Amino acid sequence: MTTATLSRWDRFRESFLWYSFKRDKVAIASFIVLVSMVLAAIFAPLLAPADPYDLAQINIMNSELPPVGLDGSDPAFPLGTDAQGRDLLSTILYGTRVSLLIGFGAVVLQAALGILFGLLAGYLGGRVDSILMRIADVQLSFSTLMVAIIVGAVFKASFGNLMFGEIAIYMLIFIIGVSEWPQIARTVRASVLAEKKKEYVDAAKVMGFRTRRIMFRHILPNTLSPIFVIATVQIANAIISEAALSFLGLGMPETQPSLGSLIKSGFDYIQSGSWWITLIPGLVLVVLVLVINLLGDWLRDVMNPRLYKG
Amino acid sequence: MLAFLVQRISQAVLVMFVISVIAFAIQDGLGDPLQQMVGMSVSQDEREAIREEMGLNDPLVVQYVRFAGNALQGDLGISYFYGKPTMDVILEHLPATLELVIGASLIIVIFSVPIGVFAAIRPQAWLSKFFMGVSTVGISIPVFLTAIVLIQIFSIGVTVDWFPQDAGWGQWLNAALSTEGGLPSYGRGDDLTPLFGTWESGFFSQGGILHLILPSVSLASIMLPLFIRLIRAEMMEVLQSDYIRYARAKGLSSSRVYFLHALKNTMLPVITVGGVQIGIMVAYTILTETVFQWPGVGLMFLEAITRSDIPLIVAYLMVVGLIFVITNTVVDLIYGLVNPTVKLTGKKA
Repeated sequence: MTTATLSRWDRFRESFLWYSFKRDKVAIASFIVLVSMVLAAIFAPLLAPADPYDLAQINIMNSELPPVGLDGSDPAFPLGTDAQGRDLLSTILYGTRVSLLIGFGAVVLQAALGILFGLLAGYLGGRVDSILMRIADVQLSFSTLMVAIIVGAVFKASFGNLMFGEIAIYMLIFIIGVSEWPQIARTVRASVLAEKKKEYVDAAKVMGFRTRRIMFRHILPNTLSPIFVIATVQIANAIISEAALSFLGLGMPETQPSLGSLIKSGFDYIQSGSWWITLIPGLVLVVLVLVINLLGDWLRDVMNPRLYKG
Repeated sequence: MLAFLVQRISQAVLVMFVISVIAFAIQDGLGDPLQQMVGMSVSQDEREAIREEMGLNDPLVVQYVRFAGNALQGDLGISYFYGKPTMDVILEHLPATLELVIGASLIIVIFSVPIGVFAAIRPQAWLSKFFMGVSTVGISIPVFLTAIVLIQIFSIGVTVDWFPQDAGWGQWLNAALSTEGGLPSYGRGDDLTPLFGTWESGFFSQGGILHLILPSVSLASIMLPLFIRLIRAEMMEVLQSDYIRYARAKGLSSSRVYFLHALKNTMLPVITVGGVQIGIMVAYTILTETVFQWPGVGLMFLEAITRSDIPLIVAYLMVVGLIFVITNTVVDLIYGLVNPTVKLTGKKA
């Protein structure tokens, strides 16, 4: 069989990526956990015993029931209930869905901004480069979380609570995406600077291609692997940022909770002994972030974007 | 050196200018000071008159210049909620935050240096692998969650009865896994010692220190893994260098090589990164202070948001911006001072 006749799947199975994945137990375990969590989140409406958004299904008499196995639990609520009597398992499934959606959306937005600005800064250089990178430096020195908190605060103050609650998902994607673009822009810029010196770019220039075409069709595809690595880690960061914002009351409202707002609403009841409302969503959040980070570490080792640094 | 100094300081001034423009835009776009001052009972004509008198009808540039001029003299308006100058409100809350940051920094320095150095000297030891594993997990835990878990374990207490009570080992395991709790998890306590007039410190009384423990540990938990990894990586790189091999060949004792020769050069990058990270800690103080109801500037800022106290929000932005800019500039300058190879053009080095 020649290479040309290999299907895409066969090519993937012979790739170094698949080879190193098969040999790395941590990566396999993380991948399985992540995929099952993503699937559970996607199919939350089918899997969840109750619909937490449906007020008719909530009974306040069921509030603060402990998980199964503890005194006073109810088998109908395997992980117990929260302070409003919502089934905790269902709210966690829906909450993971919201958190993943925001994390993914924010990374798509910051990748779009980061790739655009990184390409412009790296390829055009000069004044464009120094202005864009100065902005990135300042934003990073303030820490992305601080920028996100400030932007969130301003939005909340200008939209008001109710309005903010309704469009919170889009707001959070926007806030986190805008506050974290410098991370990706820096990576892209560094690899563009390395690619720019190679012959194929000179060849493209000699052939008279326009700058835009060289940037997006020639250089961009060659910088994708570091972008891929950093985007993976950034999903974990975005999920943490979302949880932090929600915990501060600048994120998802309690009627449509993410993992962060579940932790926040449970924290008010921890002193009364109902630890499960806050600690079980917290555990889910930590596992989610941890497996994404571990996969990111593995990807970085395999693709080794360290070559592009500098 | 002088060129470097001038360049860095002018850059800091420029950043401060941008921050002040953003702060002014927020104030101008969100707050109507007239509404807050006079309420509903004033007629339209009178409103216009006051508006004119306060200069709210002036061009934006004129208003900005006035805003910046006042800010330079430390006047950032009057808080709606507290009814006194915002700078006074911030200065009242600042000591609590500073003590929290000092406490966390102490914990970071005390733990990160020995652990990082040990992990670099013996990278294969199971203890090093354990610390590295813990720090990987530590990075994945958000600071507010660490704080909540700490409260559950050390303040509320945990009772474990999973193991059989009748067996001796079961009793022992139950007792070993249960915690008493009892550490304070709310506020700073009332046992504070006054220092230099307005500063009330918790460092000099048992109650104050007990109140500091959980918040500082939580705040430190987010930075500690970063510092351990940084110190380990830098130290491993230094240990590869020729002068260390030479020092060993000279027959110096290994503790002398590690702690005198290697550690010195390890700490240089660590201190610069550390300076910047301590600035970043300000963001995390907001989260920590919220969990522990710690009466510092972070909690004050969050309360200002829920109360729509625009002047206080703006003043906080300016003060925090100034703190960031000063730490970053000072760190850059120190780095330039101790490491003369840094290029005058700064980032392009």
